[in-house]
Amino acid sequence: MKRTMAMLLSALMSISIFSGCQSSSGGDASASDVIKIGVFQPLTGDYAGGGEIEVEGIRLANELYPEVLGKKVELVVVDNKSDKAESATSVARLIEQDKVTALIGSYSSALSIPAGNIIKDAKVPALGATCTNPQVTLNNDYYFRVCFIDPFQGTVAANYATTKLGAKTAAILQEVSNDYSVGLANFFKEDFIKITGDPNAIVDIENYQTGDKDFSAALTNIKSKNPDVIFAPGNFTESALAVKQARLLGIETPFLGGDTWETPDFLSVGGAEVEGVTFSAFFDKNMATTEEAAKFFEEYEKRHPGQEAAAATALGYDAYILLLDAITRANSTDKEAIRDALAQTSNFLGVTGSTTLDANGDAVKDAVIKVVENGAFKYLDVVSAQ
Amino acid sequence: MPSIKKIFSNNLSAAIFVIILVMALIALYAMMLGQMPVAIFLQHLVNGISLGSLFALIAIGYTMVYTILSMINFAHGDIFMISLYFAFFALSTFRMPWVLALVCVAVLTPLVGILVERFAYRPLRNAPKNSVLISAIGTSFLLENAATYLFGGRPKAFPDIPSLTRVISIRSVNFQVVSLVIPLITAIALAILLNFIHRTKTGIAMRAVAKDYETAKIMGVNINQIIALTFIIGSALAAVGGFMWGAKYPGITPMMGVMPGLKCFVAAVVGGISDIKGAVVGGFILGLGEVMIVALFPSISGYRDAFAFVVLIVILLVKPAGILGTRVTEKV
Repeated sequence: MKRTMAMLLSALMSISIFSGCQSSSGGDASASDVIKIGVFQPLTGDYAGGGEIEVEGIRLANELYPEVLGKKVELVVVDNKSDKAESATSVARLIEQDKVTALIGSYSSALSIPAGNIIKDAKVPALGATCTNPQVTLNNDYYFRVCFIDPFQGTVAANYATTKLGAKTAAILQEVSNDYSVGLANFFKEDFIKITGDPNAIVDIENYQTGDKDFSAALTNIKSKNPDVIFAPGNFTESALAVKQARLLGIETPFLGGDTWETPDFLSVGGAEVEGVTFSAFFDKNMATTEEAAKFFEEYEKRHPGQEAAAATALGYDAYILLLDAITRANSTDKEAIRDALAQTSNFLGVTGSTTLDANGDAVKDAVIKVVENGAFKYLDVVSAQ
Repeated sequence: MPSIKKIFSNNLSAAIFVIILVMALIALYAMMLGQMPVAIFLQHLVNGISLGSLFALIAIGYTMVYTILSMINFAHGDIFMISLYFAFFALSTFRMPWVLALVCVAVLTPLVGILVERFAYRPLRNAPKNSVLISAIGTSFLLENAATYLFGGRPKAFPDIPSLTRVISIRSVNFQVVSLVIPLITAIALAILLNFIHRTKTGIAMRAVAKDYETAKIMGVNINQIIALTFIIGSALAAVGGFMWGAKYPGITPMMGVMPGLKCFVAAVVGGISDIKGAVVGGFILGLGEVMIVALFPSISGYRDAFAFVVLIVILLVKPAGILGTRVTEKV
């Protein structure tokens, strides 16, 4: 009895350890008629909400464009569990075990950066959809992205804070374990100080860890410094909780955030307290001008009636179709050829407008300012990239 | 210094007094430096007390299981997490009034506790301590992955309970009703529990099992029943703590039990893992300490989670039995 129980328990434990590593190795079709694209995204853990909406876009694009060069495109989606080390291993697995031709991912720069060296060494072309930290593509000839980067986003936020919110002082609340958050906060800080001309314009910088729930101490510190605006780039759940707790502590200061806030979870967790917060975002339906965008919104509406597509979904979609376009232009499934084609991308028309990749492999795109109004994200303003 | 030793040996009020004294000294120091207005300090104090009593509520479960079984129930944090999902479904799917939902959760969660005890720990009752510990860690993984599978990895929003989340403002110190309710519940739970353990027959049996398992068995104590009861009480307190946690921090994820679980475990060890009052003392030390670290040293606020573990190391070096703990000589 005891032995069977022990066996059962150890079996259960090993199952629980390996659960979540589902690699869809189905379909042993010969390599010649299938092209595998690896998608590494956080589908569980702290960043799951973001990963899910991005994958939604990639899957939608795959449904609409299932073939390239007469071959079937197979998505191999793996969950990196919102974990930096897991992200690197999941990419290694995609490259070595699943023999993917190219990669898309990951939501959150913190999860993309650890995969960078593996991608570079294996020489597999990779395309990020929403990872904005400059380090993702820096010194890496194989990593590209379809979104803008944080130095620009930081400038947009600092400009908005000073001109539209009339802020002369700011406090920063950053997710210190997330490269994205710290990077963006730094770019904001530099620009805010430059614009206000006051070296002491940033009155307080408070840190928290991914997954934290209690922000009362940090917020009380901020309260005592009485800033004009609180810049809080960070993960959606934590940010929503922080804003909520700030309001409950009687802090009425406007909150300003970054692109990660545009997640359904931000609204559901934040509730009534996140009303009125503003943030910089990638894209809005109001900016949609291309044919691809019309198609995207129509098809999205069919599948998710009454739901607004998030910018991350649109970018996930764009990453996929740009990759297919590069494969078509390369007219080959050779990884080097696809990489070269990606590097030469110019004026590619996707959902989020025209994409041209610069020398670093980054896209240059306009930013949008959005506000939370009546429990939904509303378009407020557009900031040109020029 | 025998007097200090006596204070620390088993006097709860004295220990809390010392904590408050230390806090006051810190406050004095901060105010002397002109860093902190009184209102802001009081705000920090309120934040810390409410966080601390929440930790205390969960830490009691660790202590109870440890005293009876001499094992650390690592699945306790995940039972706490499960209780939050119960609360979520009770409130949002079944639209129960919150008091009813709280009762439901406090009844359902202990069932999970009993199941864990029955299938993961009881079969290993006579096995080496390490096996039970490993089983506990396995159960913890199992519960986390089961929750991920059943409820998805994305955070669920705990429904707003206006009568708990309403903000009370005194001068410029703001706090939610729930921040008052939590210390109250912790105090009541502690009082009932202490009475139960010392005054009732079952309580005496419980202490007997804790003291000497074999002898208690010979004396006719139903060991399995007593242990199951321990898990029921611990899980029920974790459930109440979970409910209040949800009202205060309304994002529920399958992994959310890990950090609070670890911290409450530390709280139990710091306070003295063989004493329920110790769990409460430990909870307050951690809660207040965490808040004060951020309050006084904003530059290292990113390391607030590390505070719990630094305290653990210091306590293990200085007073391994914990603040209220008494050294027990192991029988050879």
